Amino acid sequence: MSKKRLGNQTVRFVNPPSIISTGSIVGPKEGMGPLKDYFDLILDDDSFELDSWEKAESKMIKEAVKISLGKASLEASDISYMFGGDLLNQLISTTFAARDLNIPLFGLFGACSTMTEALSLGAMSIDGDFADYVIATTSSHFSTAERQFRFPLELGNQRKLTAQWTVTGAGAAILSSTGGGPYITHITTGKVVDFGISDVNNMGAAMAPAAVDTIKTHFLDTGLSPKDYDLIVTGDLGIIGSEIALEMLVKEGFNMHKNYTDCGVEIFDHKIQDTHAGGSGPGCSAVVFTGYLYKLLLEKKIKSLLLVSTGALLSTTSAQQGESIPAIAHAVSITSEYN
Amino acid sequence: MTYVYTFVVGGTICVIGQLLMDGTKLTPAHVLVLFVTSGVVLTALGIYEPLVEFAGAGATIPLPGFGYSLAKGAINGVKDKGLIGAFLGGVEATSGGIAAAVVFGYLMALLFSSKTKP
Amino acid sequence: MSNKKESYRRLVESKNPRPNYFKNSLWAFFVGGIICILGQFIHETIESRFDLSHLDATNVTILVMIFIGSLLTGLGIYDNIGKRAGAGSIIPITGFANSIVAPAMEFKKEGYVFGVASRMFILAGPVLVYGITSSVLVGIIYYFINK
Repeated sequence: MSKKRLGNQTVRFVNPPSIISTGSIVGPKEGMGPLKDYFDLILDDDSFELDSWEKAESKMIKEAVKISLGKASLEASDISYMFGGDLLNQLISTTFAARDLNIPLFGLFGACSTMTEALSLGAMSIDGDFADYVIATTSSHFSTAERQFRFPLELGNQRKLTAQWTVTGAGAAILSSTGGGPYITHITTGKVVDFGISDVNNMGAAMAPAAVDTIKTHFLDTGLSPKDYDLIVTGDLGIIGSEIALEMLVKEGFNMHKNYTDCGVEIFDHKIQDTHAGGSGPGCSAVVFTGYLYKLLLEKKIKSLLLVSTGALLSTTSAQQGESIPAIAHAVSITSEYN
Repeated sequence: MTYVYTFVVGGTICVIGQLLMDGTKLTPAHVLVLFVTSGVVLTALGIYEPLVEFAGAGATIPLPGFGYSLAKGAINGVKDKGLIGAFLGGVEATSGGIAAAVVFGYLMALLFSSKTKP
Repeated sequence: MSNKKESYRRLVESKNPRPNYFKNSLWAFFVGGIICILGQFIHETIESRFDLSHLDATNVTILVMIFIGSLLTGLGIYDNIGKRAGAGSIIPITGFANSIVAPAMEFKKEGYVFGVASRMFILAGPVLVYGITSSVLVGIIYYFINK
């Protein structure tokens, strides 16, 4: 009988790993948004001086890793595992970055939930005493996502009001068995949840039930409630999805109106930047966490955070075959003080 | 016909497309297929030709006009060459447009690269 | 189970913002109308200047409009127009050109055979397939009706 399991889907760590440093790199659009002062590097041009966007996205992961290594005074050879993923077919942004970094790699696919998936597995490997240092990485890029999933950039189509804008961003976080926090104390791993939404232009609505399911499970497993956290943040439900999630959670008896927000809502100024329902992509929660939320934790402006990245697990094939959109959400509980 | 008719008819066809895209689950691709096929069918029924005479480019420039060229070409092909003309006529009539699209597409790809949306 | 999905669908419906039908239609109307006027102007100019038949002038006009749509796509302007104009720039033949040039440019990075050439018709393909097929059917039906 596992000693670390709580309830159905939660693990409580006996030796909570510390997030000892982070690195965040974003594209120009994100660098003009409300969180622009929190990112380590803002690119002038989202091609990162390379000749394809896929190469640029991979370089962003690599550089985010280097930034976080630099801040922790570590070398890539000190890192036992890289847990990382992205949206591209065969995870090429992550795999090509790992090739150059030479770190043992666990490639992950969780769509936009990958950041907390990576943090979860990284934390488990530290608490399980399998490594001293691991790094969690995630990225997305507006142009690589558009050309793989949606439309060529020069096409004169109109975006729906429910559509979200894929964030160009890469985030990295180094976890360690030693360090003074912020600590990952619990993780709640999500199940795949599908409420029958098949509108590919409304990912927020597709993912909200998964976020609700994981958040609800987290509270039931741990016996905690929303007021035990200074801030609860979902990954990229966007403006519409977060409204839906809040309402569904109230019906379940969890009122989060005072301390809830969403990374997709925070990263852009939607009126000025014309991002419709908000930001999305694995890079969304990655950079908002590694840039903004992590700093809030370090400065103790918030002391406890429940980060819930959310992902839509469809493909263009499944959508064209008429399938609905299944989603998943992984929760990571982070506190700046642990005793 | 005056430019006013051109403007109004062309604009109206586009508005129909816009309302379909905004108000239904139809994607632009669906709407375009619907419009080109409607152009073919309406031409076959003899409805589109009068619109072309009335509005000129207002009827030929929007995509149903492409269907009009295809259908008219097929019918003329049958008149000239019998049954085989059904296959020859449509593509023949629109061959210039198709060739232009291919060539200019390739040319623009050679000259320009796509840029990120702001 | 389907009850849950049905009530969720209704919740989502209630939260979805409605597009501004009027504003979008107005833009589509104006931009579409202007593009058609441009076509008409080109047609009349060609017909009188170069003394071409009506049919030939029509064909040349189509070529010119496709060139204009292609060039504006290449210059990166057409997507900005399309954002405002919606159907006003998708429905005219310039939009057809845009739907071919945009993927041709986009997939250049994958090379001129597998990228540009192979994916050029990824969006316009259905228009050709359904347009040509329906015209052939029309021809066949016309033949048998008039036999």
